[in-house]
Amino acid sequence: MPRVTLSHFEAALLFAFFTSIVFGVVTKPNDRERLHYALYCFAWFIVALFGLGWLMFLGHR
Amino acid sequence: MKPDKSKQPMPPVNVWGPAVGLAWLIPGGGHFWLKRYGRAGLLAFAIIGMYLFGLMMRGALFQPGRGPDLLTTLIQYGGFIGNICSGLLYMLTVWLGYSQPDVPGAVHDYGTKFLVTAGLLNILAMVDAYEIAVGRKA
Repeated sequence: MPRVTLSHFEAALLFAFFTSIVFGVVTKPNDRERLHYALYCFAWFIVALFGLGWLMFLGHR
Repeated sequence: MKPDKSKQPMPPVNVWGPAVGLAWLIPGGGHFWLKRYGRAGLLAFAIIGMYLFGLMMRGALFQPGRGPDLLTTLIQYGGFIGNICSGLLYMLTVWLGYSQPDVPGAVHDYGTKFLVTAGLLNILAMVDAYEIAVGRKA
């Protein structure tokens, strides 16, 4: 099994990507809504990622 | 007046058992069994992909056991349940001798979380397969 080394940001992006796909697939009744919800979840993951990142940055100053 | 879904009787196991069992063993397998091929492929891609990245990041697998305090014990058992919910992926990983100790490091730590989250996402897929099998969802 190859070894991968990812940055925090890359790992969090990958986590958001996979999780958003599953959330979209299992929660909505048709493909259009699934795609929208997956994109919506992914966008919120990114917002939370940057928000928490800034919070930790400012909290450690 | 809407029917109260919580009062509906439990459907027989032979209706939903194979789909849920297959969904546990192989991520996306339950949906494939129920002929939802597109959704099966997406679930398999996302859950197996997350699990494989967890392995490639050398994440640790949880062992059930008592820790020095209640929180550690809960984390150990919770993590173990998350791990075994990946089904065959977890079994193959253990059978093939993967044993990564829990070492400090951001990448290892992300890997551990990826492995557990793959199992938790598979629980969502199992619930979805159940609802499709009993006719509550299309």
